[in-house]
Parts: sequence; C-alpha cells; structure tokens
Amino acid sequence: MVGLSTAPPDAGAGHEAVLTDGSRVAVVGGGPAGSLFAYFLLDMADRLGTRLAVDIYEPRLFEKPGPVGCNMCGGIISESLVQNLAVDGVWLSSDVVQRGIDSYVLHTDVGSVRIATPNDEMRIGAVHRGGGPRDVAEAKWESFDHHLMANATGLGASVVNARVEEVGRVEGRPAIQVKGGEPTPYDLVVVAAGVNTSILKVLEGLGIGYERPRLTKTLIREYYLGADVISRTIGTSMHVFLLNIPRLEFAAVIPKGDYATMCLLGEDIDNELGDRFASAPEVRAVMPEGWDADGKSCQCLPHINVHGVEKPYADRVVFIGDSGITRLYKDGIGAAYRTAKAAARTALFEGVSEEAFRDYYMPVCRSISGDNRIGEYAFVLTRVAQRLRIMRRAIVAIARDEQANGRRPRLSGVLWDIFSGSAPYSDIFRRMFDPILIARGAAAMPGVLASTVRGTRPARRADNATSTEVGS
Amino acid sequence: MSVAALGRFYEDGEVIVRQGEAGDCMYVVQDGEVSIVREEDGHEILVGSAGRNEVLGEMAIFDHRPRSATIKAKGRARVLTLDKRNFLRRINEDPSLAFRMIETMSHRVRELNDQVVALQAQLDRRGG
Ligand SMILES: Cc1cc2nc3c(=O)[nH]c(=O)nc-3n(C[C@H](O)[C@H](O)[C@H](O)COP(=O)(O)OP(=O)(O)OC[C@H]3O[C@@H](n4cnc5c(N)ncnc54)[C@H](O)[C@@H]3O)c2cc1C
Repeated sequence: MVGLSTAPPDAGAGHEAVLTDGSRVAVVGGGPAGSLFAYFLLDMADRLGTRLAVDIYEPRLFEKPGPVGCNMCGGIISESLVQNLAVDGVWLSSDVVQRGIDSYVLHTDVGSVRIATPNDEMRIGAVHRGGGPRDVAEAKWESFDHHLMANATGLGASVVNARVEEVGRVEGRPAIQVKGGEPTPYDLVVVAAGVNTSILKVLEGLGIGYERPRLTKTLIREYYLGADVISRTIGTSMHVFLLNIPRLEFAAVIPKGDYATMCLLGEDIDNELGDRFASAPEVRAVMPEGWDADGKSCQCLPHINVHGVEKPYADRVVFIGDSGITRLYKDGIGAAYRTAKAAARTALFEGVSEEAFRDYYMPVCRSISGDNRIGEYAFVLTRVAQRLRIMRRAIVAIARDEQANGRRPRLSGVLWDIFSGSAPYSDIFRRMFDPILIARGAAAMPGVLASTVRGTRPARRADNATSTEVGS
Repeated sequence: MSVAALGRFYEDGEVIVRQGEAGDCMYVVQDGEVSIVREEDGHEILVGSAGRNEVLGEMAIFDHRPRSATIKAKGRARVLTLDKRNFLRRINEDPSLAFRMIETMSHRVRELNDQVVALQAQLDRRGG
C-alpha cells in the first residue's frame, strides 16, 4: 500500500502523545462504540475548551431497512445502560425505543415464571439497530445506531460514508485508507469496527500486539406480527427459554414495534437449530395463534465476541466495543458504552500513548473481562439447569413462591440480573449462594420431587399482560 | 406511543417524590415537565421546575437526608427512575458521569443566588 508502513512507531514517540487544539481523531466504525466514543470525546473536549476534529468512518446507512443499515443484534438496551445514558443526557425518545420492557418471562418445559421490574416502570428498551427488517413498509421508528450517530454529529463529529480498507503508520502516526483514497494520518485511531468485519485481520497483521477476539456464531430472526398482536401476546416482556434442546444454550424472543426478534446462542448454530427452537411448544405458546415459523422477514448469523482481546491498545490506537472487550453474552451495547467512555476519558485527560491506555483504559477492560470469568461459571449453572429437569422445577417453584407470597426476591433478583445483564456477574454469583436462597431451595424440594415423579404437564399460553405468574 | 416509552407516566399533579420521605433513587425527566415544591406550614411554595434530561432527587443520594421537597408532574410527564446502587457503582468507575449533574446543580445554585439577592433587595426596600 502506498505510503503506509506497518513499522512500529519510533521509541519515545509516545511522549508528547496528547490531544491538543486541532488534533485529528479517526473512528473506524460508527456503531454504538464508535458513536458514543465520538460523543463523549467531543463533550469532554468542549468542557476543557479543546477543539478536536473527529471523523467517523462508517459504510452502513443506518436509516435504511435491511442489511445495509443493520448491526445485527437482539436490540435490548439494558436497565443500567438506559439509566447511564439518561444521566449523560443521551435521550432515548419513543421514536427510537420501540417497546419499553418491564419484565422477563422464563419458560421451561415445566412451566413459566414472570419476573417484573420494581414500581411498574419500563426500565429496558427494545430497539432496531438499523432501519428494521427489509420488508419494513413504513418507517415508524428511528434506528438506534443512527440516533447515537446523530448525537455525535450534533457535537461536531463528521461522518465519512466509507469502509476503511487499510490501517498503517505514516511517520509514526497511525493512518487509515479507504478504497481509492490516500492514506490519511491521524493523532489517534479508534477501532470500533465490531467483530463482523475483515478489518480486524488487517489490524492483526500490523505488528502492534493485537490479536482478534474469540468468536461464536449466533442466529437472529425477525418476524412481522404487527404492534397490536404483539401487545396482546408477547406483551412488554422479554421471553427467555431454558429448553433441553441439544446445542442450544440460550434463546430469547424480544418484542419490538411491529416485529418480534428471536435470538439464539449455542454451539454450531444453524438453520436447523432455529427451526427446532421455533417449533418447540414453549415457543409456540408465546407466539400468536396460527403463527407461521417459516414466515420470517429476515434472518442472519452474526458472530459474537466470547473472549475479548488481551491488548486492546497500542501507541495512538485503541480498540473499543466488540473489537476489544465486551461482556459475555449480555449487554454488549452497555460494554461498548463503558469502553468507549473509558477510552475517551483516557485520550483526553491522560494522553494517547500506549502507556496511557495501559494505565487508564485497560483497568476498565480488565474489570469487564475479570467479571466474564465469573460469568462463565454462572452460565455453566444454567447449562446444568437446562439438562436437569429437577433443577428447572426448583427454579420455577422458588421464583413463583417469591412472587406469589411477596417474599424478598432472592432468586427472582438473581434471574433478573442474569437475564438483564444489569449487575456484574460477581454480584450475581455471590447472591446465588445466599444461605436463605439455598434454604428456600431445600424447602421447595419435596414438592419438586413429587411433581417430577408425576411427570410434566404441557405448557399453556402465557398471559403476561395480567398476571405476575404465567404458564402452567 | 406509550408502549414505546421508557420510565413511567405521571398524570398532572401526581407526586413523584414527597418531601420528608427517605430517598434512595434519583429521577430523570424524559418528557413533559415537573414542579418542585416545598411544603411549609400547610402551604406549597414553588421552588422550581425541571424538563427533559434534567436529573432530580440527587440531593438525598449524596447527603443521606430526607427529601427536601416534593416533586410532582406539571401536566403529563414521563420520568425514569435511577437506582442509587447502579449510579454509585458507575460513578466509582467513571467519575465523569457526574459532570452533567454538577452542571445542573451549579445552575440551581446560581438561580438560588439570584433569588436570595432579589429577596434581600425586597427586604431592604421594605426596611428602608
Ligand atoms: C445474536 C446477538 C444478540 C445480541 N443482543 C444484544 C442485546 O440484546 N443487547 C446488547 O446490548 N447487545 C447485544 N448483542 C451484542 C451487541 O450487538 C454488540 O456488543 C454491539 O453491537 C457492539 O457494538 P460495537 O459498536 O462495538 O460494534 P458493532 O455494533 O458491530 O458496530 C461496528 C460498526 O463498524 C462498522 N465497520 C466494520 N468494519 C468497518 C471498516 N472496515 N470501516 C469502517 N467501518 C467498519 C460496521 O459497519 C458497524 O457499523 C448481541 C449480539 C448478537 C450477535
């Protein structure tokens, strides 16, 4: 490539590596991580009275329906992210949030239980990342990614509608190149390209110690049902499924405006697994009567980051969001927010050298990845529950008892946090082994054993609009 | 579209927090307006109002004292509740989360200063 070398910067080049008036910053990728980085960097720079030029490179057109505008995801904005964005002044209007979510319904083959948020509040948002599935007839809602990008451009960021093809160095400074363009040097390059991109391979070859995150494939399907039908059936709950289907680890159905999103995690995810899940009686009980599982509006098989990178930074280069470190299976957008903001704070207040990122950015990444390690144990337990009917019975029995008899929601709280991804895994794990919870488990056992001997009862239609406890 | 709205709707005059109660959460106005009133000897004195994106109820979080005023909806308002625990945990990792709140509190102190000066001027005129 013309003019671009992959040589590491000169020794000592990092010394005066700080952002000052007129410094130029490139953000590769305008998903949540990229746009939030630009937003916070410019907001904080303004408080300091520093003028920066920020270019966001993004090939997608988020307002458009279909793949050209979509960063494939379940579209849940977690409870904690909703609150953090509110404090940060990033307003989520009801044009962006397609449905407020106030509860989770856990479905198993031995019954369902609904876990609701405190004070009847809509505390979680369901959004479409882009303009929606390609058969969207009328644009009723705004794309979430577009909304965040508009917040960044509102503070002065520019958007270059192009894919970055190469990254290298020009005289010790990182430079990026788009197709048919010249290398453009910057004082800082922020990589926020997610994981569903080939640019990470280019960056791995750069000799800056970056190794791509470990990934696994997922499945997403969108179904058009219409807003009224969704309100009457799926309602304002996110439905999660603990089913004993081989290869399936986690599955959810999320209500949006006119669509329902189905998300599957597991081993070697493919279409067949999707069909098998869609035909499960527990799933059919949630979906409207006569629902056609084959009548999907779109489907994709995106990758998800299951093990973050070891070194998400180099001199004047930082990796944020999914390109760096994210939360295991949960609240990926919330993790993008945390890493984006930590990188912006570091760049502005501590500098853009390798040392600055190591000392001030890396601790936030480490706190996320350390917590993921604990999360892995929590997921082992859910896997066990998936295999053991007796454990599923116990979970449903305890959670129902807590809800029906107004007990302190020990298990319900744990389940809420596991599904919502709001609390650190370390916090959840500690509460899983709460002695009172274990005592409740022991107390529930005789009933659980008795019903295990009697066998299973079929699932009933979940009527989540009226009851706090659903299913059979 | 109310299914799409985050937080909770409060009807005109509905109380969001009441003066004197213990408080362990804060609020952010999402739509509409709320008024902040002090209840003194059975009278209500309007101390201010707040609109979209404004954070309220932060005083009780930081000074651990009962709510200093009542907040109620002025017309229909949509308000989001923020948990103390999540907020303090986040501030611990990211102190910049407090930037906007300090900004709001500074505005309020400025307004209070103006009011003190205006009241003092009134008193002086009466006294003089
Ligand atoms: C099945 C599934 C369900 C999920 N559900 C949820 C959920 O419900 N809630 C949640 O919080 N998280 C969820 N996630 C995780 C979430 O999608 C990610 O964590 C989040 O999108 C990360 O944001 P990001 O900005 O880092 O990356 P992305 O959202 O992937 O954005 C990267 C951007 O970079 C752009 N880009 C890529 N290459 C280049 C290039 N060469 N040049 C310029 N631009 C480029 C892309 O076009 C894209 O816009 C889910 C993930 C999957 C796979």
